[in-house]
Amino acid sequence: MEKKSKSFYVLTAFFALFILFLYGPTLTIGILSFQGPGGGLTFPMQGASLNWFHELFQEQAVGDIWGSFRRSFALGLMVMVTTVVVSVMGGFAFRKRFYGSGILFYLIIASLVIPSILISLGVGLIFNQFGLKIHWATSGFGSQLTWTLPFGLLIMFAVFNRFDKSFEEAARDQGASPWQTVRYVVLPIIAPSLIGVGLFGFTLSYDEFARTLLTAGSYNTLPLEIFGMTTNVTTPVIYALGTLTTLFSLLIIGAFLLTVWVLGKRRARFGSDAGQGV
Amino acid sequence: MLKNRHIQGWLQAAPLSLVLLGFLILPIITIVVVSFWQATEFSIIPAFSLENYEFLFGSPVTYKVFFATFKYASITWAMTLAIGFTVAYYLAFHIKNQTTQIALFLLCTIPFWTSNIIRMISWIPFLGRNGIANSMLQSWGVIDQPLEWLLYSDFSVILAFVHLYTLFMVVPIFNTMTRIDHSLIEAARDNGASGFQTLTHVILPLTKPGIMIGTIFVLTLVMGDFITVRFMSGSQKANVGRLISNDIALLQYPSAAATAVILLITVLIVIGILLRFVDIRKEL
Repeated sequence: MEKKSKSFYVLTAFFALFILFLYGPTLTIGILSFQGPGGGLTFPMQGASLNWFHELFQEQAVGDIWGSFRRSFALGLMVMVTTVVVSVMGGFAFRKRFYGSGILFYLIIASLVIPSILISLGVGLIFNQFGLKIHWATSGFGSQLTWTLPFGLLIMFAVFNRFDKSFEEAARDQGASPWQTVRYVVLPIIAPSLIGVGLFGFTLSYDEFARTLLTAGSYNTLPLEIFGMTTNVTTPVIYALGTLTTLFSLLIIGAFLLTVWVLGKRRARFGSDAGQGV
Repeated sequence: MLKNRHIQGWLQAAPLSLVLLGFLILPIITIVVVSFWQATEFSIIPAFSLENYEFLFGSPVTYKVFFATFKYASITWAMTLAIGFTVAYYLAFHIKNQTTQIALFLLCTIPFWTSNIIRMISWIPFLGRNGIANSMLQSWGVIDQPLEWLLYSDFSVILAFVHLYTLFMVVPIFNTMTRIDHSLIEAARDNGASGFQTLTHVILPLTKPGIMIGTIFVLTLVMGDFITVRFMSGSQKANVGRLISNDIALLQYPSAAATAVILLITVLIVIGILLRFVDIRKEL
């Protein structure tokens, strides 16, 4: 074994500090959310209690948290499914190098880099001008897609750039129809990446703030509700909420990563699904 | 056959095109149109006028706010690049075990999938007047009085930007670094290059595309931001995004739209310059 150099240890320390910087503040509010009933927004802890979590479940304490959570969850699922389907179709389309694909590519990049508040403002103005009702499931949904689709498509581009075309040629040579080739050859190969696209779709939507700000209408999504709380809630109840939503996010991320891992294991174990497509 | 390919391509890209048309192109067109309209306190009047732009360019606030935006963007860029490059370099060249590498890389990316608002809020107990940083410094005897500039200042704004966006540097730089042919590094070493020389003459030039993509992400996110500046400065600092959101709050949509148009043009110029140095399609 090669002896580790001095730079290795310096860089390891740097990396550890970076991880502490990334996670430290979140862990701090995690601890402070167990603050005793008399405690404030900073240390010291005045005892430990579940008081602030309990308060979250009292109807009158703070706004419509559970309603906004349900809306954010539903919207996240809608955006996730749409992002996966549209990104896969888009990925297939771009492989054909059709006329005008270059312009569409730059529109995707534009969608990624445009300041979010412009989408929020523009979509809000359009809905107002045409007398349409602003609602999280219509204007909010579309606005969020302009943020999740570029990520989904960039992943699909990366996947198809590395895709071995001989698999498809082999399927075609064996007499598979174009649909069978997609269904039994291409989709199973790219499945883990699709789970990745789904993860981006759900979490980016679930946490989106700026693009939903002017497009959610009278019913808030969870990030909007939390931001509203920051201006008028001065108790650790906001930490309790932050801790719960972060735990929820981690749960979702864990579920996605686990699915990718299980798929990989299964594939390694079964090796081939030959004959399944008959 | 050839014609067929183009039609098929457009059919498959149709949902994507419709979303981009309805929620990207049309909103931009609307903003440009509305930026030439007039507004009273109660309504907006669709009549062509340049007064929004005249007001915008005539006001010293505009220049101050644009300057602040560039200041936030450039400082954040420099810091995220320095940290992001170091972290990516460590992961790509010092971690030899692939499973460890993937695990540590995921550890760096997981916060990206959690809420930015919560991650901003979580700095309060750390930076506040009676926060962890102040009490630690006081107990060490470094300071007598709590530092007031830790929270609600340029410092906390930039700290939050670096905290939120370093990820966007780490991922593309790591991605390009893992694709560097290791025989090039061995060749450099065989020819007598020191570790530092290998870094500056071999790795750094080969990592440039990743750095450019990270730069595009960080610059556009910071330049278009309004919420981080508002929250982390306690509404005491301003950037262009806040100028727009303040106008929106006052229902001054034409004025907000004019500022938005100028911001968009600025961002597009910056991206246009950066795209000359990198072919994104090739790097995916």
